[in-house]
Amino acid sequence: MAVAAAQDLYLDRFDKFLAGRAHSDPAWLTTIRRTAVDRFATVGFPGPRDEEWRFFNVSPIVETPFREAPAEPAPVTKAQIAPFLIKQLACSVLVFVNGRFERRLSALGPLPRGSHVMNLAQALQSDPGLVDPYITRCASYDRHAFTALNTAFADDGAFVYLPAGAVATEPIYILYFSTTDAPIVTYPRTIVVAGDHSQAKIIECYAGGAGQFYFTNAVTEIVGGEHSVVEHARVQRESFAAFHVSNTHVQLERAAVFAQRNISLGGALVRNDVTAVLGDEHIECTLDGLYLGHGRRVIDNHTAIDHAKPNCNSHELYKGMLDDHARGVFNGKIFVRQDAQKTDAKQTNQVLLLSDDATINTKPQLEIFADDVKCTHGATVGQLDEEMLFYLRARGIGREDARAILVHAFASDIIDRVTIEPLRTALEEALLGQLPKQALL
Amino acid sequence: MLEIRNLHARVEEKPILRGINLVVKAGEVHAIMGPNGSGKSTLAGVLAGKGDYEVTDGEVIYKGLNLLDMDPEERAREGLFLAFQYPVEIPGVNNSYFLKAALNAIRKHRGLPEVDALEFMTLVRGKAKLLDIDAQLLGRPVNEGFSGGEKKRNEIFQMAVLEPSLAVLDETDSGLDIDALKIVANGVNALRSPDRAVVVVTHYQRLLNYIVPDFVHVLSEGRIIKSGGKELALELEEKGYGWIEADGAAVHA
Repeated sequence: MAVAAAQDLYLDRFDKFLAGRAHSDPAWLTTIRRTAVDRFATVGFPGPRDEEWRFFNVSPIVETPFREAPAEPAPVTKAQIAPFLIKQLACSVLVFVNGRFERRLSALGPLPRGSHVMNLAQALQSDPGLVDPYITRCASYDRHAFTALNTAFADDGAFVYLPAGAVATEPIYILYFSTTDAPIVTYPRTIVVAGDHSQAKIIECYAGGAGQFYFTNAVTEIVGGEHSVVEHARVQRESFAAFHVSNTHVQLERAAVFAQRNISLGGALVRNDVTAVLGDEHIECTLDGLYLGHGRRVIDNHTAIDHAKPNCNSHELYKGMLDDHARGVFNGKIFVRQDAQKTDAKQTNQVLLLSDDATINTKPQLEIFADDVKCTHGATVGQLDEEMLFYLRARGIGREDARAILVHAFASDIIDRVTIEPLRTALEEALLGQLPKQALL
Repeated sequence: MLEIRNLHARVEEKPILRGINLVVKAGEVHAIMGPNGSGKSTLAGVLAGKGDYEVTDGEVIYKGLNLLDMDPEERAREGLFLAFQYPVEIPGVNNSYFLKAALNAIRKHRGLPEVDALEFMTLVRGKAKLLDIDAQLLGRPVNEGFSGGEKKRNEIFQMAVLEPSLAVLDETDSGLDIDALKIVANGVNALRSPDRAVVVVTHYQRLLNYIVPDFVHVLSEGRIIKSGGKELALELEEKGYGWIEADGAAVHA
């Protein structure tokens, strides 16, 4: 299918989609959807000449006539989603199947007074005024085709609103699960609003039926109010045949503390964009990431940290491990605006290539307009460290076991940063299930 | 225990060892001394099987086995232990997990049952006390963030747990203050027995006050140019290496 034809397919479907939502969408949302679809019509899908998409070929996504999931809910059992929930974790759980909320699989735990944790469709019904200020507040669809499509077509998603001073004692776990026989596209939209001085831990997990072919086009918007403390884990465990494009936008206010672990274990074609805007002083922002690739999978992480104001710190550590013919891309932008004196920004990307045919394109991109700042970046690409291997072997540990230990240690570094212990254990298990054979001890 | 015959080795194209001959019997402690660049660390590395060195001539017989034909892990499982001059930091690998894996690999090779977590902890606690190792270090990644002295003590601690037949200590004394030096020496002395041997590679005589050697060898330009008893170390301390090198050069001329 030609690009233009693919674009028309989405445009054609839009009117029908909008008609179906006539009774549920507030008028302002219809306007947003129309604007977004117009933007999509104008910008179109990115091509290889688009600098931001140079190493990520969208053709397989564009050329597949993905359809929206059928209206009737897919029959999903608890057992099917159990592998993607966290045992031993007391938390609120919101489960979405093929993009739609599944009440019978979801359950809320104790939440602070005045907070709203529900699916987005429900929030638009009961509290549209609460959603209005936040939807599209962070995620600009102006130049990003996939974000524009998500904005136009988003059907449901998670809405988390914590008022000022609210401290959520239990994490909020959001699972987007896809299961399908036909190639479907879903548009999960997640909105997290952490009011001033509030605290929350949010886990987003994307998963699907083993080997199934579908496309997730996700957008997440997070607002961290003044002095808020938010930990965000993004766990991508899609089927190895699935396509996953995501955009996470984080807007931080004065003295907010935000830490994200972006963990990509699944998917055939994966593109994650993470943008954090540090809009006031004394903000601490951490973006960590781990991506594993094998076979012919492609994992592309684009991050951008925008230091707009003085006295903020950002820390970024991305680690990738690529085997077989897997391809990785890391692009890390750091902007330090003229006003942002005393910025301290540190970015590191480390990649372990486990096969001669695996490749990585890594590019730090620092644009600094202030003069009194500390910005460092570094990228290392390599095989396992020979000195470390020898040290382990010199103690009697066999070569293959020594390799396994080091491969595991490389990836554990990121997982160890997750502060929610049961989640860390679950990730550790998922990791062990996915390391190259020689890494299984 | 160990017999080195006419050992030649090079790094890249540069010859470093040029005909080492040495016999170490069970129960003995040998000190190998020499100035910087004499080949001390190369000798230790070749014995442990480090890949950077190419052996060009000679042979090494260890417990009747051809040592140079063995992988580093096989050497370790046969009871050879190298205390590294520069212990490697391994982020993400827990110290005690690593040591348990090593111990069990060695035990498996010897047909012994693997130790479980509880037995291991009991064993390790006793040894940690001997080396005055903070139990917290055991839960940390291997050598990561350790001070120089902690790294060296950790080497001897590993040795105490693995109980090798032949221990090669590569400049274990460098960077140690006198208290740490005594602790390390205690650890080594505790291991001394009639069926074990120790080779101490060092630049300075200081460590040999605490680990008293049976033999002292002077290495220069890749050869042992003089051997003697423990008094040779004191003589070197007093006169430096110059006199002996001039002597040795004359011998080889």
